[in-house]
Amino acid sequence: MALAGSARAGGRRRARLRSTAMAIARFLVVVALTYLGLLAVTFFIGRVIPVDPVLAIVGDRAPSHVVERVREELGLNLPLYQQFFIYVGKALTGDFGTSVLTSNPVMTDIRRVFPATLELATLGTLIGAVLGVPLGVLAAVRRGSFLDQVVRVIGLVGYSVPIFWLGLMALLVFYARLGWVEGPGRIDVVYEYTVTPVTGILLLDTAMQGQWEAFRNVFGHLILPASLLGYFSMAYISRMTRSFMLTELGQEYVVAARAKGLSEGKIIWRHALRNALVPLVTVIALSYATLLEGSVLTETVFSWPGLGLYITDSLQNADMNAVLGGTIVVGSVFIGLNLLSDLLYRVLDPRTRAR
Amino acid sequence: MTNDAQTWRAWLTSERPASRRQARLGRAYAAWSRFADNRLAMAGLFIILALLLVAAFADVIAPYSAVTDGDLRTARLLAPSAEHWFGTDDQGRDIFARLVHGSRITLFVVILVAVIAAPVGLLIGTVAGYAGGWVDAVLMRITDIFLAFPRLVLALAFVAALGPGIVNAVIAIAITSWPPYARIARAETLTLRHADYISAVRLMGASPARIVARHIMPLCVSSVIVRVTLDMAGIILTAAGLGFLGLGAQPPSPEWGAMIASGRRFVLDQWWVAAAPGVAIFIVSLGFNLLGDGLRDALDPKAAGQ
Repeated sequence: MALAGSARAGGRRRARLRSTAMAIARFLVVVALTYLGLLAVTFFIGRVIPVDPVLAIVGDRAPSHVVERVREELGLNLPLYQQFFIYVGKALTGDFGTSVLTSNPVMTDIRRVFPATLELATLGTLIGAVLGVPLGVLAAVRRGSFLDQVVRVIGLVGYSVPIFWLGLMALLVFYARLGWVEGPGRIDVVYEYTVTPVTGILLLDTAMQGQWEAFRNVFGHLILPASLLGYFSMAYISRMTRSFMLTELGQEYVVAARAKGLSEGKIIWRHALRNALVPLVTVIALSYATLLEGSVLTETVFSWPGLGLYITDSLQNADMNAVLGGTIVVGSVFIGLNLLSDLLYRVLDPRTRAR
Repeated sequence: MTNDAQTWRAWLTSERPASRRQARLGRAYAAWSRFADNRLAMAGLFIILALLLVAAFADVIAPYSAVTDGDLRTARLLAPSAEHWFGTDDQGRDIFARLVHGSRITLFVVILVAVIAAPVGLLIGTVAGYAGGWVDAVLMRITDIFLAFPRLVLALAFVAALGPGIVNAVIAIAITSWPPYARIARAETLTLRHADYISAVRLMGASPARIVARHIMPLCVSSVIVRVTLDMAGIILTAAGLGFLGLGAQPPSPEWGAMIASGRRFVLDQWWVAAAPGVAIFIVSLGFNLLGDGLRDALDPKAAGQ
C-alpha cells in the first residue's frame, strides 16, 4: 500500500517536473521568437525602408570610398535573407556597427550611457511603487472618499499630460524660479572629473568614494527627473493597486477573516494586499519597462546623458546604426521585463503553480 | 410637448420592443442614459465636441494667421494680453491662433491612426479567433511580439527610417498600436464562435469570410471602439512627443508638440510659449480619457467602477 502510494507520488513528481520543463522550454521559445521579431523589425527599418541603407548609415556627406566600404561591409550584394542571418548573428554578439557621430562601436557607447538611464528609471520606479501602492490600497479601502478622488485625479492627469511638457514646467518652477534643485544634466562640471566611474550609477559611485559634496550635487540633479518619472509610475501603479484591492476585498476570505474578528488593518495589509501583490509585481515590472522607454523624452528635456538622449541625438544626425542599436537594447530590456513579469506571475501565484 | 417626450421614453424603454429598430434604439437609449448620468464622461464628451467645433471653424475662430510670421520687431514673444490672448511666439505669431489651427492636426493624427490601426486589429483578431488552430497560433504570436515592443522607441526608429513628417508619424504610431485591438477582437470572437446563431448561419451555407465579416466583426466593434477611445490620449501624447523631438509635423506647421519644442528655448523668460500648447494637449487628452472611461462604463456595466 505504502509502496504503491510512494510510486504514485514519484510518478506525479516526475510528471510535474516534466510539465515544468515543458513550461520553461515554451518560455524560452517565446523569448527567442519575440527577440527574433524585434530583430526582424529593426532589420526592416534599417535595411528595407531606406532607399539606400548605406546613405542612411553613413549620412549623405560621407566620401565615396567610405560609402563603398560600408556597402561591402553590410553585404548589400547578398540576398535579403542572407543579410538578415548575418544581421541576427551580429546583433546576438552585441555588434550593432559603428556610430557615425562618436565613431565608437555602438555597443561601447550604449554601455557608457546606459547606467544613467538605469539610475533614473530605477529611482523613478522606486518612488512610484513606494507612494503608489499605499495610495491605491487606501483608495480601495475608502472607496468614494476624498482620498479616492485624489488618486483618481492623479491617475487621470498622469494619463493625459505630456511628460516632456511637465518636465519643462517643473524645470521652470523648481530650478529657475525656486532654485530648489539643480538644473539639466547629471552632475556639475566641477565634479565631473573628480568622480571615478565604477558602476556608472553616480549616486553609488560618489557614495562609495565618500565624496558627499558630489553626492549632494548628483542627487540635486537626479531628484527632479526621477520624481517626474515617479509621478507617472505612481499614476499607473496606484490605479492598478486600487482595482486589484477592490477585487480582493470583495472575496469571501475577507468576509471570513472579518467574521473571525481580525482587525481591519490586518485584513487589509496582511491578507488582501498579499493576494493583490501577485498581479502588482507584474504591474511594477511593466511600469519599470515603460519608464526605461519614457526616459527618451525625459532625458531630452533634462539633457540627461542616458540611452534616450543617445537615441534622439543620433536621430537628429541620421546615425541609423546608433538609433537601431539603441532601439534593440531598449526593446530587449522591455521584452525581458515583460516576460520576466509573466514568469514571476506564474511563480508567485499558487493557483498557477498547483498543476 | 412633455406628453410627447413621455411617450417617446416609454417607447424607448419598453420591455417588449415590437420591432428590431425599436429594440436597437432602446438599447442605445439605455446606454446613453447610463453615459449621461456620468458627469465626468459628459465633461469629456463636451471637450471632444468643442475640439471638433474648433477644428471645423478654425478659420473663423482664430484671429490671426497660424503660419505667417508677425512683425519681428514689434510682435516677437509678447506676453499674453487682450490683443494676443496667449501671447506671441518667436516668429511674432499669435499663439492662440496657432493652437486653434493645431487642433486640426491633432484630430487628423488621432482619426488617421484609429482608421488604420483599429480595422487591422479587428481583422487579425476576428480571423485568428474564428479560424483557430495554427492560423490563430501564428497571428497571436505576431501580436504578442508586437505587444512586447516599446512603442515610442519603435515609432522613433520608424520615423527615422521613413523621414520626419506628420504622415510618417501617423504610420509609425499605427504600426505600433494595432495589437491590443487584435487581442480584444479575438477574445470576443472566441465567445461568439460557438454561438447558436453562428451555427445557423453556417448551416445556411455562409462562407467563413462572410461569417467573420458580417456576423462576428459587427459584434466586436463596440469593445474595440471603447479601447480606441481610451487609446486616443496615448496616441495624442505619442504624436506630440514625436513632434517635440522634431520628427512629427515640421515647421511652420502649428503642431502642439513641435510648438512646445520651439518654446523650450525661451521657457525661462517667456514661459507662455511652451506652456499654452502643453495645456491644450492635456485638455484634449483628458477629454478622450474621460470619454473613454464613460463609454466603457456605459457599454459594459460589469466593468463599471473598477
